[in-house]
Amino acid sequence: MRRARSRALAIALATACASAPAADYVRLPGGEFASVLPQGATPGSSAVARIAPFELRTTPVTRAEFRAFLVAHPEWRRGQAPAVFADAAYLADGPAADDRPGAADARPVTGVSWFAAQAFCEAEGGRLPTWLEWEVAAAADATRADARSDPAWRQRILAWYAQPATATLRDVGGPPDMHGVRDLHGLVWEWVDDFNALFVAGDSRTQGDPDTLRFCGAGAISMADRDNYAVLMRIALLSSLSAPDTLRALGFRCARPAPGEAR
Amino acid sequence: MTAFTRRDALGLCAFATLAASAVARAAAPLPGDSVYQLHPRLVDQDGHPFDWSSTRGAPVLASMFYTSCEMVCPLIFESIRRTVDAFDQPVRDKVRVVMVSFDPERDTVAVLKETADKHHCDARWRLARASEADARRIAALLGIQYRRLPSGEFNHSSVISLLDGEGRLVRRTTTAGDVDPALVAAARSL
Repeated sequence: MRRARSRALAIALATACASAPAADYVRLPGGEFASVLPQGATPGSSAVARIAPFELRTTPVTRAEFRAFLVAHPEWRRGQAPAVFADAAYLADGPAADDRPGAADARPVTGVSWFAAQAFCEAEGGRLPTWLEWEVAAAADATRADARSDPAWRQRILAWYAQPATATLRDVGGPPDMHGVRDLHGLVWEWVDDFNALFVAGDSRTQGDPDTLRFCGAGAISMADRDNYAVLMRIALLSSLSAPDTLRALGFRCARPAPGEAR
Repeated sequence: MTAFTRRDALGLCAFATLAASAVARAAAPLPGDSVYQLHPRLVDQDGHPFDWSSTRGAPVLASMFYTSCEMVCPLIFESIRRTVDAFDQPVRDKVRVVMVSFDPERDTVAVLKETADKHHCDARWRLARASEADARRIAALLGIQYRRLPSGEFNHSSVISLLDGEGRLVRRTTTAGDVDPALVAAARSL
């Protein structure tokens, strides 16, 4: 009797594991990268950033994946997560832990706070990507690691931002870029680990600015690449958010250090 | 030497009072909007690990800094010191100050100790270091933006938060170098 039960349990476990395959990560080389965020010590001054090799999820986290996380971590269910970690709209459109598998499973999860996204990534042995990691990944197209100077590439990405927000998001799994990463553009906004590190000043007239004292050092910055609107919009959105905030078009994906690389 | 002894005694008294109030409140669950829902691993300027909810029951002024900062950070210390002085009793005695570094690499316990002495931080103050991940989470809770530059310096906003005894945000100020009267007024209700 007991053996039969443990066998049933083993089968159930195997089935559960089979239906939630390990997340797919690919290695990105990192390297020297000219961010649209000036990296220099003085306002507006640019310096090339060095990004260590890292691994990135090929797609944003889906509703099915987030539901599995809620099953294992009840403290992150809607109504359970404390207000200080997630606002009132957290997971308002689901998923819930007891949802049945459905047609929306492959859509990206949205309505998730930064704290919840971080907890998810930690639970799968990762973390949220840094802004620079996200930005270097998002610079690639199907054939080039950095396609940003190509006006056609910019136009294609901007076209998404010009579309009105529709009620339902499509499934994850758009065309892969040269690294095998999908959906960095054209599906959802994405949290980054250091979302609260992206200062944006309206312009570069920071001298004598009443806000100068709010920021230490070169706090108020101006952008290095003003023509890269699509990426600038990301920064503008992220820097306007607080960590418990949730949005219907804001999802996330996770990153992790490449084997042999320290964070 | 004498100063240290008196300070230690003060610290002990403060600790005993807090411990008593912590025991009294231990049964009540934390409110959902309390920053103490987060459990960062903090180490203070004396090398003691502590849970920041150990100040539960006392109003708290919380902010972040890094020691090698020469411009705004000394002003934050100055602001907090003068704000504490501006509080009415009994809040002035009850209040605790928690300053978390976002530069754990350079702000070792010894450096924190030095900084605390330099700014004449008394037993009400705790200067703390945390892991990089915990510092990022604390900044998120306190509404502080910061960014490490390739030079090793940090860009950061200077925000001082007043928390009630349950760790709920009462008021925030971005006034640096001066006392924010609105914050002092808000503390009267605590």
